[in-house]
Amino acid sequence: MLETLWSNRIQCVAVVLFAVGFSTLLLHRNLFKKIIGLNIMDTATCLMLTSIGFINGRTAPIIVDGVTEAGNYVNPLPAGLVLTGIVVSVSVTAVMLALTVRLYARYHTLDLDEIYMKAKLDRDDAKKEAEE
Amino acid sequence: MSFFVNLPLFMIVACLICSVACSVVKSRVAHHLSMTLAWLLAAANICVLVMGIQNGKTVTYMMGHFPRPWGNEIQMGILEPLFSAAFSVIMCLTLIGGRKHIIEDIEKDKRNLYFVMVNLIQAALVVLCYSNDIFTGYVFIEICTLASCGILMIRNVGRTTLAAIRYMIFSLIGSGLFLLGVVFLYNITGHLLMPDMKSAIAVLAESGEYRVPLSTSICLITVGLAIKSGMFPFHYWMPDTYGYATPCSSGILSGLVSKGYIFFLLKVIFSVFGAEVFYASGVQNVLYVFGMCGIIMGSIGAIRENDIYRMLAHSSSAQIGYIYLGIGISPAMGVTAALFHILAHAVTKPALFLSASRLVDAAGGSKRFRDLHGAAHAAKLAGVTFTIGAFSMIGIPLTMVFMSKYMLALAALETQHKMVLPLIVLALSTLLNTFYFARTVIRLYNVPKKEFLPAPEFRDQSSFAVSAVASVVLNLTAGIFASPLIGLLERGLEIFGKVG
Repeated sequence: MLETLWSNRIQCVAVVLFAVGFSTLLLHRNLFKKIIGLNIMDTATCLMLTSIGFINGRTAPIIVDGVTEAGNYVNPLPAGLVLTGIVVSVSVTAVMLALTVRLYARYHTLDLDEIYMKAKLDRDDAKKEAEE
Repeated sequence: MSFFVNLPLFMIVACLICSVACSVVKSRVAHHLSMTLAWLLAAANICVLVMGIQNGKTVTYMMGHFPRPWGNEIQMGILEPLFSAAFSVIMCLTLIGGRKHIIEDIEKDKRNLYFVMVNLIQAALVVLCYSNDIFTGYVFIEICTLASCGILMIRNVGRTTLAAIRYMIFSLIGSGLFLLGVVFLYNITGHLLMPDMKSAIAVLAESGEYRVPLSTSICLITVGLAIKSGMFPFHYWMPDTYGYATPCSSGILSGLVSKGYIFFLLKVIFSVFGAEVFYASGVQNVLYVFGMCGIIMGSIGAIRENDIYRMLAHSSSAQIGYIYLGIGISPAMGVTAALFHILAHAVTKPALFLSASRLVDAAGGSKRFRDLHGAAHAAKLAGVTFTIGAFSMIGIPLTMVFMSKYMLALAALETQHKMVLPLIVLALSTLLNTFYFARTVIRLYNVPKKEFLPAPEFRDQSSFAVSAVASVVLNLTAGIFASPLIGLLERGLEIFGKVG
C-alpha cells in the first residue's frame, strides 16, 4: 500500500491539490478565493498530466544527433494536453474575474453570501415598488 | 452519399465562422445569420441521418489525414445526427420566438455579441454529438460553459450576474471532475480516441488490472457531467439561472445545453466505457437514486414557487431526474426512454419559457402568479401553447412526455430490482406535476375575459406565433406518431458506439 503510494507520489500530491482546489471553489465564500481554488484545481490536473507524460531518462521528442529510436523520447501528447488545459483555465479565470468585477461594482463586497442577501433585498424592494 | 460524411466537419466550421462573423455585423443581420445557420445545420444533419439509416452502422471520419491513433475523428451513426438535428431545429425556434426579448433585454451595442455566443453553443452542441475524441469533447464542453455564461450575463441586471457566477461555479466543478476523470482514463489506456479507449478498457476490465483508477474515472466523468447538466443535489443554480435570464437564454440553457451534456455522457458510457463495464461498476445506481430524488424534490420546489419562470426551472430539474432515472434503470429500454425524454423535454421546455414570457408581458412584466390571473385571455396563443406544454409535462396522452413516462414504466417493469420504486415515483411525480401545472393553467384562465386588462404596450407578435405553433405541432406529432421515432432510437442505440 505505502509502496504504491510512494511510487505514485506525484499523482497523490496532484489529487490532494485537486481536492484542496475543489473544496475551496465549492465552499469558500470569498469570490477571489474561489477563483484561486479554481486555478489550484486546474493546476493539479496539469501536474497529473505532466507527471504521467514524463519518463525518467528520456528527453523531449526533438531529433538531435540523428537518434530516431522512439525509446529515447517521451510522448509529446500529454504536454499538448497541458497546454490546452492552461488555455481553458486562463479563459475561464478571465470570465470569472470579469463577473467578480461586475458584482463588486454593484454590491461593494466579495462575499458571495452577502451579495446574495443584498440581491434578495433588491428583489424585495422591487416587489414593494410593484405593490405600491 | 460519400460526400455526406464531410458534413459534420462543415457544420462545425460553419458555426465557428458564423460566430466570428456575428461579432462584426449588425444585430439584425446576426440574428438572421444565426437562424439560417440553425436551419442549414438541421438540413445537413438530416442528410447525415438518412445516410446513417441507409448504412445501418456507425461510420468514422478521419480529420486532416492523420490516421488513428494520432488524428482526430468524427463519429456518425443514427443517434448523433438525430440529436444534433433536433437541437438545431429547437435552437432556431427558440431564437425566432425569443426575438422581442433579446431586443428588449440586451443593450443595443451588445446585441450582436449574443449571437456570437449562440453560434458557439451551436458549434459545441454539434461537436458534443459527433466527436469521437474525448479531449475535443472536453474543450467544447468548456466552450459551451463559457458561451452559456455569456448568454446569461449579457442581460445586465444584478441578479443575472449573480446567477451567472453560481452557474459558472457549478459548471467549473463539473468540468474539473470530468477533466480529472479523462486524465485518469488516459493514464490507464494511453488513448484519447473513443474506440481505442473502449478496446483498452475492455482488456483492463477482463484482466482486473487498474480496477480502482477505472472505477474512479467512471465516477468522476459521470458525476462531472451530471453536475453540469443539473442533476439533484446540484440543481440549486437552476431556478436563479433560468429565472432571471432573458427567456430565449433560459430556453436554450434548459432545453439544449444541459441535454448536450447528457448526450455526451451517454456517448462516453456507450463508446468509451462500453455499456457492460459501466453497468457493472454500480455508478448507474447512484444516477437511479439521485434521479428519483431529483424528480420528487424538483416537483416540490416547483409547487412552492410563486414565480412562473422559477417554477419552470424547478420543473426542469425534475425532468433531468427522469432522464437520469432512465439511464439508471437499464442500458437498453431505460436509455431509450431517457433519449426520448431528452427530445421531449427539449421540444417542450423552450416553448413553455417563451409562452410564459408572453404571458408575463401581457400582465405588465410581473412574473408572480397573482398578477398573471387571466393573462391567457390577452395572450391567447401563448395561453394555448403554455397549456399544451403543461399537459405535455404532466404526461397527458398524445404528447411526447406521456410516451417517455410510459417507456420509463415499461423499462422499470422489465428489471428485477428496480421495478417498484420507479413506478411509485412516476405516479407520485405525475400527481405533483398535475398539481402545479394545472394550478398555473387554471390561474391563467380563471378571471373573466373582461376583467383582465392587458398591459398597454402589449401587441400581437408574429415571430412568437411561428415558433409556438411549430413547437406545438412538433410535440403533438412526435407524441402521436411516436413509434417510428422510438424504432429509430432503438436502432440507433444498437449501433451507438460500435464502430464498424
